[in-house]
Amino acid sequence: MTAWLTLVGRDLRLALRQQADAAMIVVFFVLTAGIFPFGVGPEPNLLARIGPGVIWVTALLAVLLSLERVFLVDYEDGSLELLVLGPLPMELVVLAKVLAHWLTTGLPLIVAAPVIALLYNLDPAALPVLLLSMLLGTPVLSLLGAVGAGLILGARRGGVLIPLLVLPLTIPVLIFGVAAVDAALADLGARPYLLILGAMLLASLALTPWAAAAALRQAVE
Amino acid sequence: MSLFEGRDLVCLRGGRAVFSGLSFGLPAGGAMLLTGPNGSGKSSLLRLLAGLIRPAGGELLWDGAPVLGALDEHRERVAFLGHLDAVKPVLTLRENLAFWAGLGGAASARIEAALARFSLTDLAEVPARLLSAGQKRRLALARLPLTAAPLWLLDEPTVGLDRASATALAEAIAAHRAQGGRVIVATHQVLELAEAQTLSLGDYPGEGVLLEYVW
Repeated sequence: MTAWLTLVGRDLRLALRQQADAAMIVVFFVLTAGIFPFGVGPEPNLLARIGPGVIWVTALLAVLLSLERVFLVDYEDGSLELLVLGPLPMELVVLAKVLAHWLTTGLPLIVAAPVIALLYNLDPAALPVLLLSMLLGTPVLSLLGAVGAGLILGARRGGVLIPLLVLPLTIPVLIFGVAAVDAALADLGARPYLLILGAMLLASLALTPWAAAAALRQAVE
Repeated sequence: MSLFEGRDLVCLRGGRAVFSGLSFGLPAGGAMLLTGPNGSGKSSLLRLLAGLIRPAGGELLWDGAPVLGALDEHRERVAFLGHLDAVKPVLTLRENLAFWAGLGGAASARIEAALARFSLTDLAEVPARLLSAGQKRRLALARLPLTAAPLWLLDEPTVGLDRASATALAEAIAAHRAQGGRVIVATHQVLELAEAQTLSLGDYPGEGVLLEYVW
């Protein structure tokens, strides 16, 4: 457990020393979400209607943008082979890195989301559901992304490859994340959608570490 | 007698046999120098002995017990120094070492001892990005004595080192061996190791075994 926390702590410390990286993701999120009204026009009803979808899609893109770094830096500087040789099972290494990744990208996105919601004139009553759906959904994105990030190690132009691998897998998260907010807006009760998101989180928590760990072992061979 | 043993090892990389029929035996406290021309498989052999890659044939024994069936157990015996230094540029030297020490559950007193051994104490609070290539190599070497891993596998450890640091490395290796540790070093340069065996990888060419093992 101490070793696991040591790894999480190191990754958080690295992110803290390179704050520009994390800040860039949030700025990307705010900017892309802010650019939509220029494309579709400033009609308030329309914006309120597409708001949840835009927030979810841009959050997803922002996460994708950050995934390449999850294992690549450790792979390139040789830390990864030492982690493979180290006392921690690779599945736990993956979980530690995913937790650090989510804390430095998913969580800041959730903090920034209310600003975008305000921009889109989203009904404040639906805001808690939006944040809750992101709280359940963004860790799934990090977990699925870790598998993609592990698979691209050693490939050229891996950063372009990750979205191709990960994007199709994230569609269910997108569907139920947006559906939860839409249901809240229509006073229909978002509970079932949130429960499904929770189920996705549990399933990916149980399955993805094995897949990513296998990819990492393959990468250092 | 306790022996770290390899028998008839074959290593395939990208469908090509790098070496074949390689055997050795290293007692506790022993040292082995790997020599051979570029591409003869020194790095591959070290990675194989670390458990990072699996041999295509042959077996590895640690005190008589097969290694390949219990790779996780074996990996914990290994302190590995590859071509890359695994140094995080934004962390200070002490933070870099403290991470690997924390991961292996080592006491913090060992960090100070490791820094002192490679004359890095004065630089302990400096971010590693400011280090020269040789200093980074010393930091990577300082990682070795942090844990009690009995088997050191060193790939070109002296690259970029000045004479004093090379001496410090030789002393660290001697101290490790005095405690019953084993060292295997791949190097082109002269490294003073008392009573070291030499394994010349040029004697175990891979050519000719390709078909036999692919089919």
